[in-house]
Amino acid sequence: MRASESSMRQEISASASAPSPGLDRLAEPAVRFGGVSLTFPNGTHALESISFSVRHGEFVALLGPSGSGKSTLLRLVAGFEAPSSGVVQTSGESLGYVFQDATLLPWRSVLANVELPGQLAGVAPEQRRARALAAIARVGLAGFEQHLPAQLSGGMRMRTSIARMLTVQPRIFLFDEPFGALDDLTREKLNEEIAGMFAIEPFAGLFVTHSVRESVFLSTRVIVLSPRPGRIAAEIEIPFPYPRGSELPYSKEFTEVTAEVARRLREVSR
Amino acid sequence: MKAALRAPDTATSLDVSDPGRPKRLRLRQSPSRARVVAPCLVLAGVLAAWSFASHVLLDPDRRFLLPAPESVLAQGLLRGADLQEMLGALVSTSEVALVGLVLSIVVGVSLGILMSQARWLEYSIYPYAIVLQTIPILAVVPLLGYWFGFDFQSRVVVCVLVSLFPLVTNTLYGLKSVEPAHHDLFTLLGASRWQRLLHLQLPAALPAIVTGCKIAAGLAVIGSIVADFFFRQGEPGIGRLIDIYRQRLATEQLMTALFLSSLLGLALFGVFEVLARAIDRRRGARAT
Repeated sequence: MRASESSMRQEISASASAPSPGLDRLAEPAVRFGGVSLTFPNGTHALESISFSVRHGEFVALLGPSGSGKSTLLRLVAGFEAPSSGVVQTSGESLGYVFQDATLLPWRSVLANVELPGQLAGVAPEQRRARALAAIARVGLAGFEQHLPAQLSGGMRMRTSIARMLTVQPRIFLFDEPFGALDDLTREKLNEEIAGMFAIEPFAGLFVTHSVRESVFLSTRVIVLSPRPGRIAAEIEIPFPYPRGSELPYSKEFTEVTAEVARRLREVSR
Repeated sequence: MKAALRAPDTATSLDVSDPGRPKRLRLRQSPSRARVVAPCLVLAGVLAAWSFASHVLLDPDRRFLLPAPESVLAQGLLRGADLQEMLGALVSTSEVALVGLVLSIVVGVSLGILMSQARWLEYSIYPYAIVLQTIPILAVVPLLGYWFGFDFQSRVVVCVLVSLFPLVTNTLYGLKSVEPAHHDLFTLLGASRWQRLLHLQLPAALPAIVTGCKIAAGLAVIGSIVADFFFRQGEPGIGRLIDIYRQRLATEQLMTALFLSSLLGLALFGVFEVLARAIDRRRGARAT
């Protein structure tokens, strides 16, 4: 574990060549919510009049109390749910989705789990293996290819889950509160690494969390949602440049922004 | 739907001692030793009570009702000719049980898969799977005789009929026990129905299917012995020997045959038990 936690950021800076998105791409949103409302068949009114968009190079944190429909927004992007009214548009580019749990298949090794997307897409075995090995190295799990999920720590399982999504080379990257079950240190490390990936390949990102600190650390913009039915209660631009390092949370500016976001969250949670 | 989603009753009632999940029951000290010693004590107690009943409670001229353990051993198990006959019969019974079990697994798992593919299929088939379980096997014996003859084939059919239900229900239950998040993952990755079945549902259902096999194995052995009583042509099975011993009041041999046939059930159960433990060990308890 120790050894594996160490070198993900270096790996990234060493191996990844950033495909810089064209200017036209930057102009049109990768994800757009237009007046989205959603009421589930059981009568739960989850979302109300949600409108915002995410462009490439934008990393939006969705922050809100539980039951505010944060995860549901991601499920709408992935097409797992359909809005009751309004539209959810995506650019149709490759979509990565890191779930709340690692959702690894317990009967498959790390390598076989990371190969799954390629396998289902019919990618030739050698090619998908090479891609999977690269992704595993990128999240710092080289040497653990043949391990089974049950033999890994929680943090390593999440890394495997991230590696699996990296193989689809996501241009739109969704994170559904992925590190909620991890200890603080592991969580911070993984956040730094996610921020590092974003710095190198500016995807269009959506990150669901209920941690103020996490939302500010990762994102270019925090959207605060109100309790059910979720509405956008506040949008706060986060000014810090990337790459963001582990020292950022201890700066005065960070503390100020965090306090502001926390204040807005407290307002809606009342 | 609701009924099908529930773990089949047969699984829970026959599986209470499933050693795959011993954590809650584990004794405080040296669980492995306790696991050997405790059943041995029970065995000793049963043998003592048995001897007592045979030697003390029973009148000598009525002792044939329950011969003492040592005479069962001496006249049943240790008499070469009888044992030979019984082992031969046991082989024939095993053949029937094994062929029946394999057929039952193939048919049961296939039916389970079929039912998992569409609601309407599940709704169409499930009631008849229950009916199958409630048919008194005695009542269909004459029909089976007409259709399949009075030897091997009919005995195999009886095995399939009695062992099919737990396989169907366990397979279906297992296929439906896939975590919703895993289904989301496969949806996200654009998996076809076939890919979802092959790479997600079937592997996820494997432990439940093995549990089904475990239950079905015992039932198949019972089925093949019961079938021996009715379908008497061809190689005699252990069930037929039991019937012959009954007529001769040869209780020692009767009891020996009984032990041998339960050994067969135990052996089959053991195979699936080992398989189930290997799967459990490999996957770990808390992997997601």
